[in-house]
Amino acid sequence: MSDRLLGVVCLALAGFLIWRSTLVELSFIVDPLGPKAFPIIIGGVLGVAGLYPLLKPDPRPAWPGARGFVEIAIAIVVMVAYAWLLPELGFVLVTAVAASILAWRLGSNPVYAIVAGVSIAIAIYVIFHLILGLSLARGPWGF
Amino acid sequence: MDALSALADGFAVAITAQNLFLALIGCFLGTIIGALPGLGPANGVAILIPLAFTLGLPATPALILLSSVYYGAMYGGRISSILLNIPGDEPALMTTLDGYPMARKGLAGEALALSGIASFFGAFFATWGLVFLAPLLVQVALLFGPAEYFALYTMAFATLGGVASKNQAKSAIAAAIGLGIAMIGVDHQTGVPRLTFGIVEFYDGVSFLVAIVGLFAISEVFLFLEGHSAGTLGEKVTFGRITAPLAMIRQSLAAMSRSTVLGFLAGVLPGAGASLGSFIAYTMEKRISNKENTFGHGDPRGVAAPEAGNNAAAGGALVPMLALGVPGSGTTAVLLAMLLTLNITPGPLLFQSNPDVVWGLIAALFIANFMLLAMNIPLVSLFVWVLMVPPRFLMPAVAMISFVGIYGISGSTFDLMVMIAFGVGGYFLRKLDVPLVPVILGVLLGNEMEKNLRRALTISDGDPAILWGSWLAIAIWTIAIVGFVAPIVFGRFVRPRIPRTPRVERADTD
Repeated sequence: MSDRLLGVVCLALAGFLIWRSTLVELSFIVDPLGPKAFPIIIGGVLGVAGLYPLLKPDPRPAWPGARGFVEIAIAIVVMVAYAWLLPELGFVLVTAVAASILAWRLGSNPVYAIVAGVSIAIAIYVIFHLILGLSLARGPWGF
Repeated sequence: MDALSALADGFAVAITAQNLFLALIGCFLGTIIGALPGLGPANGVAILIPLAFTLGLPATPALILLSSVYYGAMYGGRISSILLNIPGDEPALMTTLDGYPMARKGLAGEALALSGIASFFGAFFATWGLVFLAPLLVQVALLFGPAEYFALYTMAFATLGGVASKNQAKSAIAAAIGLGIAMIGVDHQTGVPRLTFGIVEFYDGVSFLVAIVGLFAISEVFLFLEGHSAGTLGEKVTFGRITAPLAMIRQSLAAMSRSTVLGFLAGVLPGAGASLGSFIAYTMEKRISNKENTFGHGDPRGVAAPEAGNNAAAGGALVPMLALGVPGSGTTAVLLAMLLTLNITPGPLLFQSNPDVVWGLIAALFIANFMLLAMNIPLVSLFVWVLMVPPRFLMPAVAMISFVGIYGISGSTFDLMVMIAFGVGGYFLRKLDVPLVPVILGVLLGNEMEKNLRRALTISDGDPAILWGSWLAIAIWTIAIVGFVAPIVFGRFVRPRIPRTPRVERADTD
């Protein structure tokens, strides 16, 4: 079933790719092939290759249970929030919080997770910023 | 003997305090990256690229640093294979088969020493192979026109899909997805935006590094989260002195030599890489030497063969990457991404216009090999404690370093979002057994591939016959077709039948 779904997604993606490619506006510079043809060829390959898992699927992969997906969803939310808040609140605070949450969700005891998160943030700050001079996001506090 | 004098010049480039220091750091980090299960050479190198940029390193030192990491990871993978029965990365998988039984028999020190020697043997002779084969390949590549290059890129995808993958259709899907992603951005020839959906950030295309770090490193975090099997390191094996008796080395010498040749060839083949090298080396050796049914029960030759094989393949994989600009494995694809980001295009022109980059790198690899031998035999206990860091602390650090690296390059939240999206996509592709290396290769080579196709057709004024208009092009197309079709028809034996253990899908490709 998973593989059939993959096939359907590939076909849809192929159709989308070809459709969007036909919409590309041509400029006054022209070459024999033009900017549309290659993406359309790729769409064709994707469509044909997508037929195979649709018609002849592999055995179902080992999907995680609902719990596993919730864990992944939490991680995605944490990462997206991290990316948004990084320029606002500065590197050290946001990284410490995000790393703690990830360590906790990966099975650490909460106290150790916070210790690990704070240590990771400080270690990266010291190595990458203070020693190597990489510019990390500055928050209102300057770090 | 041009190659030898060029190599001598290379040593002059490599032997500076800075380059030697970088090689040392690279070897050290590489061994750690290889030894840690869940952090393999491809994602290890990927998250270190931003570091190289941060330091403002020019091409040669950056390449020395990261190639040392690559070689180091090939050495390091065996440590956890032997001590914990968990491959530190995918190429080290075959080493578990005889390495762990040896450790169980109380021969852990011997196994570590022997595999270290085998790694050195494979890498050392493969680097010589690189010295002589790469200039030859450059001579051929000088004859290439756009049509031949287009055929060559197609061949890379075809052999990658045919030989290295379990399911050719999924490999083709992966390649098409990667090529499709490469199409995003302003068309280089006519200047019209394609597939950008009006998002300004997409006009420059999707950054290679964002795609690679997302696909490899971030998806790894998701795989660990789902599994939750964090930190089961098994029983700790103790070992005494790390030496191998001379008789054991002598017994394994033939195995090492055969495996080095096989591994090197597997590495040169575009797209196959070190995992295939160690697999072929082990299976061949088992067929030749397993007379008393000792393989799988701690036969030293079963440890020497895959280690010589995967280290030789690592050297071999650099040949097509440097000489043709077509990477031979996942990690060399990541190295190629770094070179392209530094505005250096590998290929025959690199050998002519920047010989110092190529030969400095090769000389540094020789030096790195001796450093690695020293780190991996007398000093190996340094790395064993690293294995005690449980993934539940390691993975958050990997994720955060990935974010820092990408943010450090561009300072853009948008790039971080794209990286997360690649991470989610990479997770689903890996679960569905769609290989990631063709995706990376597609993203990297897509624009070059299209450019060469369009140039060829501009030369011929639209006549497609130019694509198979020379004997060279026909030869490449033939290899491509044979490479893709032959494994489907007759050759389930060339393909790694990797035992499905839950740990394996976590180990990333080489």
